[in-house]
Amino acid sequence: MAKPAPTPEAASPGSLSFQESDSTLVIGLSGRWSVESGLPPLSEVEQRLGGIRRIAFDTSSLESWDSGLLAFLTKIVELARARGLEVDLSRLPAGVRRLLDLAQAVPERKDALRKDIDRPLLEDVGIATIKTVEETRTTLAFLGELVLAFGRFFTFRARYRAWDLWLFIQEAGPKALPIVTLISFLSGVILAFVGAVQLRMFGGQIYIADLVAIGMTREMGALMTAVIMAGRTGASFAAQLGTMKVTQEIDAFKAMGFEPMDFLVLPRVTALTAMMPLLTLYADLVGMLGGAFIGIGMLDITFPSYYVETTKAITITYVMVGLFKSVVYGSIIAFFGCLRGINTGNSSSAVGDATTSAVVSSIVFCVVANGVMAVLSYVLNI
Amino acid sequence: MEHNGKNGAAPPPITVRDLTMAFGDFVVMRDLNFTVEQGDIFIIMGGSGSGKSTLLRHLIGLEEPAKGEIFYGEENFTRADEEERRRILRRVGVLFQSGALWSSMTLAENIGLLLEAHTRLDPAEIREVASLKLSLVGLKGFEDYYPSEISGGMQKRAGLARAMALDPIVLFFDEPSAGLDPISAHRLDELIVELRDSLGATIIVVTHEVASILAIGTNSIFLDTDTRTIIARGNPRELLARSDDPEVRAFLTRGQEPMEKR
Repeated sequence: MAKPAPTPEAASPGSLSFQESDSTLVIGLSGRWSVESGLPPLSEVEQRLGGIRRIAFDTSSLESWDSGLLAFLTKIVELARARGLEVDLSRLPAGVRRLLDLAQAVPERKDALRKDIDRPLLEDVGIATIKTVEETRTTLAFLGELVLAFGRFFTFRARYRAWDLWLFIQEAGPKALPIVTLISFLSGVILAFVGAVQLRMFGGQIYIADLVAIGMTREMGALMTAVIMAGRTGASFAAQLGTMKVTQEIDAFKAMGFEPMDFLVLPRVTALTAMMPLLTLYADLVGMLGGAFIGIGMLDITFPSYYVETTKAITITYVMVGLFKSVVYGSIIAFFGCLRGINTGNSSSAVGDATTSAVVSSIVFCVVANGVMAVLSYVLNI
Repeated sequence: MEHNGKNGAAPPPITVRDLTMAFGDFVVMRDLNFTVEQGDIFIIMGGSGSGKSTLLRHLIGLEEPAKGEIFYGEENFTRADEEERRRILRRVGVLFQSGALWSSMTLAENIGLLLEAHTRLDPAEIREVASLKLSLVGLKGFEDYYPSEISGGMQKRAGLARAMALDPIVLFFDEPSAGLDPISAHRLDELIVELRDSLGATIIVVTHEVASILAIGTNSIFLDTDTRTIIARGNPRELLARSDDPEVRAFLTRGQEPMEKR
């Protein structure tokens, strides 16, 4: 035994004592029995059951009890039942007896107990495959519906509130400026520093201007903005729509003859896709300022030469490539934000899952799209 | 408020034929047949998890039947295309369990949105009609409140005002008294009867509140979880007086006549 046997004198916390007579085990319960002070191990009772046919209780020095005692007694009753012993509950306090009766009134539903099912690997693979196929199907269905909705949008047949569109434009545009400023300025600074270490080795510091200008316009401006907007706006789309699903607001739209696709998804996708290029253009500019800050402030390049070098490096093609990417990223983020939101389950934890998965899918697909576009622009020689 | 009820011997507002509801392989209810007559306060009752709300979702087209058909008047709702369904649903109002007001809009906008979409009223008139609907449920003066700024009972009443926005001829209530105190629940019951009498609407209520079932119901069906179909139908008060099904009796007497386990 790990613990020393509790003695009857120790009044509190709850303790056990045992008396045997005529193959009856009398379990003495004394002191204060409470869930807070823990329960004695059942093994103490179990090891005294040899040759016992009946269990009774002595509660003369029991001071107080709560569900801790009940849990302990339930275990004893179950143990006794398993071994075919008789249990005499008559000397327990009336309240304890009633609660024990109540607990045993409805038999345990064995099939209701959840068990960890040990599935063979193949079955796991199969289930995962079916799930993936289903998910792909819902994604494609959503894409199809979105295309139809845009069909109605461009033929002016879609029904949505213009005010909503303005609200989302404001949300996805001007309100994102502060964080875009911070992140893209730092991206420019980081690019400049990374370049500076290498370029200084052969005295080419001036090319930092080229590096920052090209890096920001082609890649970093759009990508950093995408990451910000995925975390900021994509997540909020998923959370808004998910909550609306849970509170039946989306059902209400459907039941009252509104197409949620037109009403909820269209303005969000339009706003974000339209704002992304503008934000990216802004991010490009701020990023180059960040680069200039390092180039001019720390690497002793003069402002005119940094400026001239930047204008030489930048071409309209680079800017357009970046803007094109930003439109692609914007539609990916808005798409997954709305998709995950609309397909949320019916609980508040499902809204959390939807939000997480919106951000993760957005960023993953943005990077994948970037890879594809990198290959394309190499092949097309842009 | 006039509404364009049908003249003459109109067919019953809703007829359900051989409806089977299922999610995948899991059958919720099978072979449901019932008719809701004009002017009924029709109760869909049954224990928790018996599929009452699922049935309501089928009736308003939020779920597709696995089998069977639903008719509104003589029109087959189940076979209708989206455009026809939208037209049928224009004459149908729904009060969802939690009210389901659109949280980004004020109460007046919630109601106004429907009027804007389905009527030719100008904005000032829309505002007026919205105010009128709110005053019918005792919420005059709350036009510019957002749903989150009012209490649960008020949200429910506002939801009712929205459900009535287009003078529906059929009104659905999903657990109207859930989450309301007894007095508010009673007032809502009175309001339901009042609406039926004054608007001539047909009302379908999904509920397990025995007090309100007996108080307002004129017809009902009882969905049973074990047999997965309807085990009793008719006026709830008569069911209480005459039904000999132990399950129904236990339900309507709130367990005072305990059913024998079958």
